[in-house]
Amino acid sequence: MNPSHDFGVWVAALLTLFVFSFLYKDNPLYKFAEHLFVGVSAGYYIVLNYWTVIDSNLIGPLRVAFGGAAGGPLHVQQGDYRALLLIPGLLGLLLFTRLFPRIDWISRWPLAVIIGVYAGLKTTGFAQGDLVAQVQASLQSFGLVELAHAFKASELAHTSSATWQAIGHSCDVVLFTAGLLTSLLYFYYSREHKGALGVSSRLGIWFLMVSFGAAYGYTVMSRISLLIGRFQFLIEDWLRIR
Amino acid sequence: MKREIPLFLTAVIGLFMIVSFFVPHQWVSVPADFLQQCAVIVVAFGYVLGGANVLRVSLEGISRRERDWPYKLVLVLSLLFTVIVGLFVDKQRWQDPGTISLWLYDNVYSSMQATMFALLAFYIASAAFRAFRVRSTEAALLAIAALIVMLGRVPIGDAAMTAIFHHAWIPHALRELKMSPIEEWIMNVPQSAAKRAVLIGAAMGVMATGLRVILGIERSYLGGGD
Repeated sequence: MNPSHDFGVWVAALLTLFVFSFLYKDNPLYKFAEHLFVGVSAGYYIVLNYWTVIDSNLIGPLRVAFGGAAGGPLHVQQGDYRALLLIPGLLGLLLFTRLFPRIDWISRWPLAVIIGVYAGLKTTGFAQGDLVAQVQASLQSFGLVELAHAFKASELAHTSSATWQAIGHSCDVVLFTAGLLTSLLYFYYSREHKGALGVSSRLGIWFLMVSFGAAYGYTVMSRISLLIGRFQFLIEDWLRIR
Repeated sequence: MKREIPLFLTAVIGLFMIVSFFVPHQWVSVPADFLQQCAVIVVAFGYVLGGANVLRVSLEGISRRERDWPYKLVLVLSLLFTVIVGLFVDKQRWQDPGTISLWLYDNVYSSMQATMFALLAFYIASAAFRAFRVRSTEAALLAIAALIVMLGRVPIGDAAMTAIFHHAWIPHALRELKMSPIEEWIMNVPQSAAKRAVLIGAAMGVMATGLRVILGIERSYLGGGD
């Protein structure tokens, strides 16, 4: 064993152990790591947004618009609308009125701009990107023509692997379509789930359960992968046990 | 007045953004792009406001010597240190190799974030013991799908199938059966079908909520008060 001499690796390793100590019970070391994490991540996102948005999209263009680059202070050339960025700058500052209870209602104005823009964008964006795209992608061919060709090419007594593949594909598409329709019917609440609708929605629940189970298994494996990564870091990078 | 102006702004801007989707003329698209840029900038200010709020709440706790106040001090100091280093020490070189910001990101933020998520593996596993009690068909389907997906993603799944089915008395087709193709089939057919249904439903939900917000029916974002 030849532990790392890198101070950063030691800090990362100790913080990793502090977080893992929660598996025993809530303790001061975990609380320290937890609060440190909240502080550093909040600071990180503030700095990230400052340099990537506020500095590059607001302060930089405003400096060009008012700093003399366009021919002198306050001399804005035709077609240069950068000075209008004063509006989002002002709205951004108004957001801070939320910290003062007497005038916190002013912060609703910038909030209204955010909500209005994103409500409009998402309404059309989801319609185009999710609803239409998902429906379009779900309209799959049952492959009946390919199946007929495959049957014609092979004798019934000696069914080729291509035929089996065509049969398998058709079955998958039928199952997929049935799963999609019955799952959608489960979310149809305007009528009581009785009779044919009841049977369909019950089948839909089965498909949904398989989907949730698969999603659960997928999540577990990604978390396990992260866990292995942390142990690899501790053993290989920190303790350097090979 | 305190509620009407924001509602009016939301309705006008929201409708304008919807119109901009259907009218690609520059008289519409240029103001729409500007509005979108405005929203991005204001959201960035929102992150700063969030940080300021965390600071305010923590500082109040420290001044009142609330329970666990020393940890709040750790939070405040780490937040201020990260911000000061990022804004005034590293400046535009922020996140460049050799900067304190990158060191903080690699050794503190990134390592703790990965460990926090890794920690969830234990809690998900313990939750599974409670959730996977096979009492009904639905619970059985959930458990079997989860088990196949978990085993299908690691070599032990295929090895287990070989150990179980690789016997002379078992039909040849079954002997070749592996876990990974079954897992792949589950992900591509039943999982994908139900997931699509959920996504289609969610898309309709987002559209409905968006319209409710624009039309002023949904007003919870304004908060309480007059």
